[in-house]
Amino acid sequence: MFPYLLRRLLIAIPVLLGITVINFVIMKLAPGNPVEMLIDPNTPPELIEAKKQMLGLHSPAYVQYFKWLQGLAHGQLGYSFSSYAPVSHLIGERIGPTLLLAFAALFAGLLVALPVGIFSATRRNTRFDYLMTGLSFVGTSIPPFFLGLGLIYVFALKLGWLPPGGMRDLNGGGGLGDTLLHLLLPATVLAVAIVGKKIRYVRASMLDVLKQDYLRTARAKGAREFAVIYRHALRNALLPILTVFGSEIPLLLGGSILIEQIFQWPGIGQLAMQSILSRDYPTLMALNLVAAAVVLATNLLVDLLYSAADPRVRYDA
Amino acid sequence: MNASTGAGGGAAVRPKAITGVAADSSAPESGARTIWRRFARHRLAVAGLIVTALLILTAILAPYLTPHSPYAVTASFSAAPSADHWLGTDPVGRDVLSRLIAASRVSLLVGFSTVALYMTFGTLVGLISGYAGGWLDSAVMRITDMFMAFPFLMVILVVVSALGAGLSTLIWVLALFSWPAVARLVRSSVLSIKRLDYVRAGVALGLGTPRILFGHILPNALGPIIVNATFGVASAIVSEAGLSFLGMGVQPPTASWGNMLTDAQSLTVLTEQPWLWVPAGSMLLVTVLAINFVGDGLRDALDPKQ
Repeated sequence: MFPYLLRRLLIAIPVLLGITVINFVIMKLAPGNPVEMLIDPNTPPELIEAKKQMLGLHSPAYVQYFKWLQGLAHGQLGYSFSSYAPVSHLIGERIGPTLLLAFAALFAGLLVALPVGIFSATRRNTRFDYLMTGLSFVGTSIPPFFLGLGLIYVFALKLGWLPPGGMRDLNGGGGLGDTLLHLLLPATVLAVAIVGKKIRYVRASMLDVLKQDYLRTARAKGAREFAVIYRHALRNALLPILTVFGSEIPLLLGGSILIEQIFQWPGIGQLAMQSILSRDYPTLMALNLVAAAVVLATNLLVDLLYSAADPRVRYDA
Repeated sequence: MNASTGAGGGAAVRPKAITGVAADSSAPESGARTIWRRFARHRLAVAGLIVTALLILTAILAPYLTPHSPYAVTASFSAAPSADHWLGTDPVGRDVLSRLIAASRVSLLVGFSTVALYMTFGTLVGLISGYAGGWLDSAVMRITDMFMAFPFLMVILVVVSALGAGLSTLIWVLALFSWPAVARLVRSSVLSIKRLDYVRAGVALGLGTPRILFGHILPNALGPIIVNATFGVASAIVSEAGLSFLGMGVQPPTASWGNMLTDAQSLTVLTEQPWLWVPAGSMLLVTVLAINFVGDGLRDALDPKQ
């Protein structure tokens, strides 16, 4: 186990460095320079020049990159152009709601996709199976923002059951229940896409296991069908299923930008959108970097969990 | 929203060639015919194919089909559907139906050209990386790791905003962050195909590497590539719509289903003017669904395990 862990960590380091390079290049592509955005246009040119010197904007790109990297190593993500607040603060404020939304969607997705997928596999080629496979297609095909608009229209505006957006009521509102009520629609939108994809994945991986010899053995020794499926088959199918759910995290983080915009959910997606509109590059750079690091860490964790549960993978690749 | 729409679509490698290479006349059925027969069994896939064909036709003939110019401004703003404007007019006074038809061009253009770009590049990289192996392969795989670590929609939004939104920028940026998944898919096919006897026989015969790669390995890896490309078209269309919806994709006055939905962010439009957002969203849904059904049919048709 330990050599595997070490190798994976050693591989992650150059990948992380590569991510910082890509990130830096993206920001260099942006027109204009940070100084012109920071101060108002009436400032005398000498002052601007001095400021540029101070920020090292005249040094070659690679020097700027290493300076930026040095800052990162000390935990400095820079300062926002628009609010002048440290970017780490801004992200810290916003990451909570985004994670809440992402994990709620992931959990809801698992809760629906798992039983439906298992049912579809054990009742293969029945009407239920066809219906669910068809619905899963609609789930993956419906553009999330269109679904979001549709849900707001029906449940918030026509029926008035749920709030159309935000995270809590403006007039005081109340605690956990209130937040959950606000969470329901955006989490559903994200969950629908996950459920659509995962039903078919769960179904396929159950079908794969159902073909195995050890299930025939279990039946031959007289185990009940229920025990065969839920004790023998599910246990073996579950591992790849759970890791695939882990791999949804990058999609959830990326997709949150649209959902948070539609539902006015105060997370990092909304922060990203505001920063794009105000051309707040330090914030965008940090957001991209933090998100990529989270994804990298999640992938690593998923791989390690998998290898702990199934030692065979350690010998491949 | 990357090319992984095909859930669990691992790189199944087929031992038999799937491209119908001129079978002799005594053969009962050509490869292409077998594939078509398997595809046609799938009623939804056939329906998807018909809808997709109609959409392509609409996109090509768009200038002749629009009842009004998609850019012509009339005096009635946000007017409800009428005999003259079947789907009403938008807040600027343009005919919604005409814009809907014109937008099909943008969507299909983005879908197909993005996929053509990144499929070509990703396949090339995957072929070379998988066949060469060694340090080159490891290096390429680490590079794909880097690109795939960025949350897809977010990084694209940031790059597009840095470069300036626009149709061609959008296509290039979507392709830039989509090729790694294809490269990995192709690589994993190549890894198992290159161990097969017929490839080794080719090497023993002294065939050049390009001939082995493109003449012997690629045709056998084509199945998953085609399926992936089909799903890729659908997801590129959704990505374009999402970015345009946020105002960072196709810029008005050019019509796109995504930017036609932008107005629905206002609650009055959402509740009182459904003709401004329901048609564009529905077209998007129908298009993506049709293409995904085609992809699913192709997966079954090209996979002999079924």
